[in-house]
Amino acid sequence: MKKQILMGINGDESVAYATKQVNPDVVAAYPITPQTIIVEKYSEYVADGEVDTEFVAVESEHSALSSCVGAAAAGARAFTATASAGLALMWEILYIASGLRLPIVMAVANRALSGPLNIHSDHGDSMGARDSGWIQIYCENGQEVYDACLEAWRMGEHLDVQLPVMVCLDGFTLSHTMENVLTLQDEVVKAFVGEREFIEVEGHAGKTEFRLNPEVPLTMGPVDLQDYYFEHKLQQVEAMDHALNVIPEVDAAYEKISGRSYGLLHSYMMEDAEVALLGLGSTMGTVRYVVDELRKEGVKAGLVKMRVYRPFPSEALIEALGETPVLGVLDKAISFGSPGGPLFEDVVTTFFDEAERPLIADYIHGLGGRDASPKLLRGIFESLLEIKEKGNVSHKVNYVGVRTEVR
Amino acid sequence: MSERKPGWRELPRGAVSTKSSKDYKTGDWGITKPEFDRDKCTKCTLCHFYCPEGAISIGEEGHPSVDNDYCKGCGICAEECPVSCITMVITI
Repeated sequence: MKKQILMGINGDESVAYATKQVNPDVVAAYPITPQTIIVEKYSEYVADGEVDTEFVAVESEHSALSSCVGAAAAGARAFTATASAGLALMWEILYIASGLRLPIVMAVANRALSGPLNIHSDHGDSMGARDSGWIQIYCENGQEVYDACLEAWRMGEHLDVQLPVMVCLDGFTLSHTMENVLTLQDEVVKAFVGEREFIEVEGHAGKTEFRLNPEVPLTMGPVDLQDYYFEHKLQQVEAMDHALNVIPEVDAAYEKISGRSYGLLHSYMMEDAEVALLGLGSTMGTVRYVVDELRKEGVKAGLVKMRVYRPFPSEALIEALGETPVLGVLDKAISFGSPGGPLFEDVVTTFFDEAERPLIADYIHGLGGRDASPKLLRGIFESLLEIKEKGNVSHKVNYVGVRTEVR
Repeated sequence: MSERKPGWRELPRGAVSTKSSKDYKTGDWGITKPEFDRDKCTKCTLCHFYCPEGAISIGEEGHPSVDNDYCKGCGICAEECPVSCITMVITI
């Protein structure tokens, strides 16, 4: 393990600092609350000459990600960051970045989508992008944010993967909250991320590295009709499958230098758990606190934090939760008109064919930054214990921490 | 288009084109082709510059000719010709 320096920084600063240490060739970003600090901080690094990055001050998020696509196609390491409406404006380009297999890294400071206008945290923005072909990592705290912003490059750039990576951090709860973050030294980070590697492709002018080079020209992203488009989508499916193996490998390499590793998911107090909560992001820190409290009271509670949501770690999930009698899923997003929250749907699909599976209920919480307090989470555990008692789930989808009528 | 196309495992990643656009003949897309009236043509070359496919070339004597492997029959050349010397002829 290498020497580390303890810093007091917020989540956005963790993103900016980690990215400074990676020193990517291009950062193209447009500020939007609660991601703004990332852009401000990074432009300071550029102005102060601390990085070699070409900083592109674009006029919109559509342009921000488009610039990253161009830069990455030319062989650069490209980074951007956004949130909420900014991510929505990137929509078209999200699919282009993944479809062209460009390993861009993007931080998303999760924020509710308008309207009505809300600047606080939920997962409505990045959940909408779950089918866009990006790897998605959800962070619990500032330390995880810093670590993910270093690991993301190696996950996405791996020759078997070649996909863009989204590092998600809850707006304000993480983005603006100062925490102790252990940081590696610049040269250690530099050695860890190394240089971007390229796959070899055979284009119309012969074999070449997969980057734009006038010596051996390539055509990227041309019209792809009925006769080829489907094949190229299958290649993205394969890349996501590969990522399930590559991510733990990168994590193991990162553990050697930092002493920290996270895996695809992280289980806590699950050995003998009778009721458990599964969720993403900062809420899981509070769940851990509640699990500790309940354990002191003799309740066999546990939690599983999903760090990697795309690719979806089905096998790891079955291993972690197959023997748990009752499972509550914490969704921080609504998928309107669907059978449940996005995470709930994926979890239920995963367990459907399993002989041994928990009783599963969905708890949609925290929309628009609504607090997920220990009291609220304790209430969810109580409802899970009730399900265990009764042996069936009467309400599959529950909206918790929301007023119905006050009279 | 009956030749056997490669499967997803064989194709290069990143959806890069394995062929140059020259190898992808689009002449059978359209139903019309331009015909040039050499007597009326003033050799202005506007048809050559307007052709979105680059399918019209100018010969040594300055007269335009069309490469039917790539002409999609859009008719822009006929529309733009200042002396109306181009007629779009239905080919099917």
